[in-house]
Amino acid sequence: MSMLDIFQVSGSAISAQSQRLNTVASNLANADTVAGPDGQAYRARQVVFQTLPMAGAGSAGVQVSTVREDSSPGRRVHDPGHPQADGEGYVTYSNVNSVEEMVNMISASRSYQNNVEVMNTAKSLLLKTLQMGQ
Amino acid sequence: MLNRLTDTLNFQAQALSLRAERQRILASNIANADTPGYQAREMDFAAALREATGHANPAARPAPAQAAPRAGHLPLQPGEAGPTALRYATPSQTSLDDNSVDMDRERASFADNAVHYEATLRFLNGSVKTLTSAITGQ
Repeated sequence: MSMLDIFQVSGSAISAQSQRLNTVASNLANADTVAGPDGQAYRARQVVFQTLPMAGAGSAGVQVSTVREDSSPGRRVHDPGHPQADGEGYVTYSNVNSVEEMVNMISASRSYQNNVEVMNTAKSLLLKTLQMGQ
Repeated sequence: MLNRLTDTLNFQAQALSLRAERQRILASNIANADTPGYQAREMDFAAALREATGHANPAARPAPAQAAPRAGHLPLQPGEAGPTALRYATPSQTSLDDNSVDMDRERASFADNAVHYEATLRFLNGSVKTLTSAITGQ
């Protein structure tokens, strides 16, 4: 039955969206980080989505192909009294853009909800199909 | 003789399986709403149903598009709607990442298709009930 494929398609999408949500969470958590374990400021991470072809014409799921690091320069704040300040008195914070992350978070949560709704609809239709002829 | 008895069911069965396929395509579109470069697909339901049920009425069917099957080739079964029935949906607005999924339209189509699926299911159930009551004679 081809309707059962919907669970794979939407399942791959909600797993990809939850990974995106995870990335947003770690970005927001590290928005004010000065230095990570390696001594460098935290760099924002973004997931890259890719279409995952599945059996059956027109059926396509989603997968996260890579998680890439944002290479833009970090936020520099003049704070000579800070222990991490450089020679000129500047502290380099992470390059996370909080507003962008919030937008990403809302978008991911909406997409997640949409896919859950798709699965619920497909499930109820399939259950009704199972009772056919009774 | 038995064929005639169940011929009415066949049409509904084809429609149901096509509805299921369209549901799957719409689910794929919704799943890929955030994938860069994804092109939304859509099914021409009327054409697909005509193609799937064409065998019941050969006179109304236009000349077959594919060549006659050679020896050793399996002929296409009606109901196996190939990718020919699939089209690319045109977006109402362009997007920066070249993704052509229109979420509002997809959701509307999905709800519409779900209702149609259920309607077809009820027609099928009705036909089955009618047949059963005719057989039992009660």
